[in-house]
Amino acid sequence: MGVLNKFQSAPVKEVSLPDTDYEVRTLDTICVNESAVQHKWYDNLKYAFVGIIFGIAFTKAEVISWFRIQEMFRLQSFHMYGVIGTAIAVAMISVWLIKRYKLKTIDGEPVRFHPKKFNKGQIIGGLIFGFGWAMTGACPGPLFAQIGAGFFVVAVVLASAIAGTWVYGYLREKLPH
Amino acid sequence: MLELLRQPWSWYVAGALIGLTVPALLLLGNKSFGISANLRHACAACFPANIKFFQYDWKKEAWNLFFVGGILVGAIIATQFLSTPEPVKVSPALLSELKTYGIQDHDKLLPREIFSFPALFTLRGFVMLVVGGFLVGFGTRYAGGCTSGHAIMGISNLQVPSMIATASFMVGGFIMANLILPFILKL
Repeated sequence: MGVLNKFQSAPVKEVSLPDTDYEVRTLDTICVNESAVQHKWYDNLKYAFVGIIFGIAFTKAEVISWFRIQEMFRLQSFHMYGVIGTAIAVAMISVWLIKRYKLKTIDGEPVRFHPKKFNKGQIIGGLIFGFGWAMTGACPGPLFAQIGAGFFVVAVVLASAIAGTWVYGYLREKLPH
Repeated sequence: MLELLRQPWSWYVAGALIGLTVPALLLLGNKSFGISANLRHACAACFPANIKFFQYDWKKEAWNLFFVGGILVGAIIATQFLSTPEPVKVSPALLSELKTYGIQDHDKLLPREIFSFPALFTLRGFVMLVVGGFLVGFGTRYAGGCTSGHAIMGISNLQVPSMIATASFMVGGFIMANLILPFILKL
């Protein structure tokens, strides 16, 4: 917290930038998921339900295991390649079917997809994330599952990841994109 | 049936379930699968600090926080009710390498020589957990997504930037695991 406060009080330099708000949104897919339909808060419970199934699959397939990640990056096991490969294949066919048959959401809205734009961050940030992934054995999703699996010390990893995200936000305009 | 569920699941069953998350989220409410954005929502909600990147209505993205809450609950269910007491099977090559760093525990999914509170207060544990976590948070946001948003959602939607990002994740992981981690684990 002390560190954060120090950053907060640092003078913010006025940098004149073109209005990048639209860019920011497309780059980070923030607020692209807004629905025109208004929902009550408990409507979000359906996403919690999907998360539960997802979390069980994550844990039972040992995707959240540090050992499986080490094996993947040392080419000592096919397991993770199988999991990620199958997940991509199933998702790809699903996306194709949704587009092909113009499927609608349960609220009757057309399903929207959001194209991503290339920027250097995908390479630089991608490498940095790869380093962290091999160290902690976790992407952001498995972090939550590892805590649920009883490794409470991972809450520290999660807090550190949130700090990393914050520092990125703080430095964003100075970083190459 | 329950006995079968208690065994570790094969890669194709888990892979298919993870893949089905993409259409499930799209059809339930037009949500693009992606998890790392939660870390940003946490910043926006707790310490926005006048940073433009964190000035948005995070409550509109609350679904994502429910989703990761579900992941946490799912992991509790899997660990408490759907597990066997047997140690995790680890490739013999990895086991013998880890042994040279004094890591022998493979009873559970993570070795307690690194993932425990006593280990956190050693130099090795601090670097692995705190520095590692920082890199995960900084890197995913810089890359605009993680394994879920880029590798699964992005590639399945045939997005070239996501393929580039995924390739970078893998390159970074290979470099760390093979070239740098041996030095960190010796700390």
